Amino acid sequence: MTHRDDLASKTGMWLFLFTEMLLFGGLFIVYSVYRYRNPIAFHQAAQELSVFIGTINTIILLISSTTIAMSITAIQKKNKKLALSLLGITIILGLAFLVNKYFEWGEHFKEHIYPGSAVLALRGHGDILFYGLYFFMTGLHALHIIIGLVFIMVITFSIKKDKIDHENYVLLENSGLYWHLVDLIWIFLFPLFYLIT
Amino acid sequence: MKTIENEKNHIIPYKTFLYVLAGLIALTLTSVTLTRISLGTLTVVIALIIAGIKSSFVLRIFMHLKFENKMFSRAVIGVITLLCAVIIITLLDYLNR
Repeated sequence: MTHRDDLASKTGMWLFLFTEMLLFGGLFIVYSVYRYRNPIAFHQAAQELSVFIGTINTIILLISSTTIAMSITAIQKKNKKLALSLLGITIILGLAFLVNKYFEWGEHFKEHIYPGSAVLALRGHGDILFYGLYFFMTGLHALHIIIGLVFIMVITFSIKKDKIDHENYVLLENSGLYWHLVDLIWIFLFPLFYLIT
Repeated sequence: MKTIENEKNHIIPYKTFLYVLAGLIALTLTSVTLTRISLGTLTVVIALIIAGIKSSFVLRIFMHLKFENKMFSRAVIGVITLLCAVIIITLLDYLNR
């Protein structure tokens, strides 16, 4: 006999998500202030980012958020197979996001643009700030994607072993909440870095 | 097994999620198209408003806030208000130096 409190479990998850929101919120403030102080450098540097890859990655994350949300409906309807397939799709989409990021960052590295590079140092203060924030914020976001993927993989195994089922799925809900938060952060990162030039 | 059920678990139909996804993708493409046209400061405002609308969909439907205990929505609104207040105060400081 074990005691369970789903509401408390979700409350804990939300409290953790609030700290994440404030963490990224703080970075958004840093970005806004530096953008305000270096408008021309930020304008030119932002134009070097690929809107195409950014858009594709946005759509990938939106679809993956939908599939994990649908997996909760599937588990509630006792459809274990569908829940597992939907989680599988979520994991594949998360990995696809990271592969795109790898190529995107690879392109920057080829042009010798990365924090601390001599080429970037020659371009001036504003560019250093823009790319510093770009690599830090998208890198921190990518780290969250990796953590989210591990979390979802663990949940997928638990469903396979029937540790998570239609009566006890709060952990699946919590992993979903985390994944949606990662999506939420990207919803703001994408326009700020790629669209507003 | 003892469980504390505060309210009956709400099942959201698959279709709802697909409609929301369609809406989110449409909003993303609108945002990309609109920001390509140079509108100056307005571009920033439009991009952030669209991002705000997208977030509210994700929070309310994907994250179940619409169907969850009201405590969660209130807490989220509280955190967002706090964040906006800090952003506005910081920017007011920088804009008036």
